[in-house]
Amino acid sequence: MTARGEMILEQPSADTLKVILSGDWKLGGELPGADKVQQRLEGRPGVRNLVFDTRELTSWDTGLLTFLMNLGTLCSRQKILLNRDGLPPGAQRLLELALAVPEKTDARQAEGRVSFLAYLGNQTVELFRSAGEMLEFIGDAVIAVLRLLRGKAQYRRSDLGLIMQAVSAQALPIVSLICFLVGLILAFIGAIQLQLFGAQIYVADLVGIAMVRLMAAIMTGIVMAGRTGGAFAAQLGTMQVNQEIDALKTLGISPMEFLVLPRMLALAVMMPLLCLYANIMGILGGMVVGVGMLNIGFMEYYNETAKAIGLWNLGIGLFSGLVFGVIVALAGCMRGMQCGRSASAVGDAATSAVVTAIVGIIVSTAVITVLCNMLGI
Amino acid sequence: MTEKEAHITVQDLTMAYGDFVLMRDLTFTINRGDIFIIMGGSGCGKSTMMTILIGLKTPAKGRVLYGEVDFWGADQQTRDRIIRRAGVMYQSGALWSSMTLAENIALPLETYTDLSPGQIREVVKLKLALVGMAGFEEFYPSEISGGMQKRAGIARAMALDPEVLFFDEPSAGLDPVSARRLDDLILELRESLGTTMVIVTHELASIFAIGSNSVFLDVSKRTMTATGNPNQLLAETRDPNLRQFLTRGEKS
Repeated sequence: MTARGEMILEQPSADTLKVILSGDWKLGGELPGADKVQQRLEGRPGVRNLVFDTRELTSWDTGLLTFLMNLGTLCSRQKILLNRDGLPPGAQRLLELALAVPEKTDARQAEGRVSFLAYLGNQTVELFRSAGEMLEFIGDAVIAVLRLLRGKAQYRRSDLGLIMQAVSAQALPIVSLICFLVGLILAFIGAIQLQLFGAQIYVADLVGIAMVRLMAAIMTGIVMAGRTGGAFAAQLGTMQVNQEIDALKTLGISPMEFLVLPRMLALAVMMPLLCLYANIMGILGGMVVGVGMLNIGFMEYYNETAKAIGLWNLGIGLFSGLVFGVIVALAGCMRGMQCGRSASAVGDAATSAVVTAIVGIIVSTAVITVLCNMLGI
Repeated sequence: MTEKEAHITVQDLTMAYGDFVLMRDLTFTINRGDIFIIMGGSGCGKSTMMTILIGLKTPAKGRVLYGEVDFWGADQQTRDRIIRRAGVMYQSGALWSSMTLAENIALPLETYTDLSPGQIREVVKLKLALVGMAGFEEFYPSEISGGMQKRAGIARAMALDPEVLFFDEPSAGLDPVSARRLDDLILELRESLGTTMVIVTHELASIFAIGSNSVFLDVSKRTMTATGNPNQLLAETRDPNLRQFLTRGEKS
């Protein structure tokens, strides 16, 4: 049989208020709050003592303690003496423990509400600061590459090998699938339009040029941003959390050379090769539609493709691949190195690395396209 | 140790995160061959103190001298050169997770010495044996327990026979016997190699057993309140906070 926690307030004398507690004071039940006592006190400014009678109390837990803590705050605010003698001994001891260390008031608090203008200002300052950090990181990366060229960079060849394998051979299945399907889709869309003019054969030109010059590099870049950029950020971020990067720094080993350089190098070397492979897969995708659906002969399709793709197109595509590789590696490593020291910060770093890399890829595609247009190639 | 030579001097140091001041007006000297304890309650800035001493965090104010050289006033190269003579054991070991224990310990040796691979292998074996982990050369950090990671971290910190070794909470998370063995190791290294030890800890048993000098950071006053041999401090102090810390708050 459990009885609900009840409270009765009595006033045996003018300056004393007696709190009589009965029943079960357990969390989850509907318990009276300290505000009831406050209401009672409001009408009677003469009260100086608060005493308890808990003889009818059957059981209690944190529910009682939080009530008592609230009551304690109320009493100290109204300068009322709280007499704990009537409480169960266990509750007295726990209260004493809870009040043993005074509440810390000078500890740094989470920032409260800020006005819109202050928020805007902070964000702007933050934007400039992060742009500065990005430039600094790129500068450090360039210095590391220069040291590499002079043969002075410190990194482990075996690390480089492992990373190269992870960013190339292991990426082949997903790159194959995506680029094959993109080639196929391009061919389908082109075929519908070109069939109207009986010019199906130009599907080969369309797929070939689009894939080789642009699409293969972009699709591979985006796949690698998600697959490898995020992984780099998570790896380096976890190393940051584990103080592994601190351990490198205190040994005088530059994390830039030891961690970032091999990753950047691996992607810079492997991305053009991946692009080349992606080109082939894309053209194969187009060929399936051309040969299978439009009844173009296999050799015919091949010859038309070979005729359409110039060396320039191939060069621009591979160069884009190289640029995207460096962007993905830099974005991943930068976000990883900037990572905070918690699990959620690692997640943020990975997310932010992918976003940064994709933005970088799209912006640099635009720049390369405009430059090529101006140069007339 | 007849005469005491200052190894690391901290002058007028203020530690802060942004505008939040953690500790101010810190001035103390770590002598060569000291086992120097940085002690204080949780959150008092012990570990932050260490990050400043090993060059990972810039102090808000004040100076750190290594011998005669102003550590934070010098350029990055000088700082790198100084800190290369120091070994650091991090709280969780901070072993490089992509390398085996042997590779972890070998990396500083490969980087800064001309030893042949065979010699390096021997040194690695010895250092691991010193921390009681002989035979674990080919394990990866994730394959061993937290206490073992810590000990391997010490082995790595000792790899280059540094002049000064920093320990961040060395015995936290170790079983009593391992903690005791670690204390013995620290004493032995000081005796045989004359290494200066700087230990961040609040493990009382270790503090009294091995500490020859110390500084107490009082979190309520935001500054240091005492420096000296911990046993002497316990005998002489009148500061209630320090007494409470050194006696676990038990009334004598």
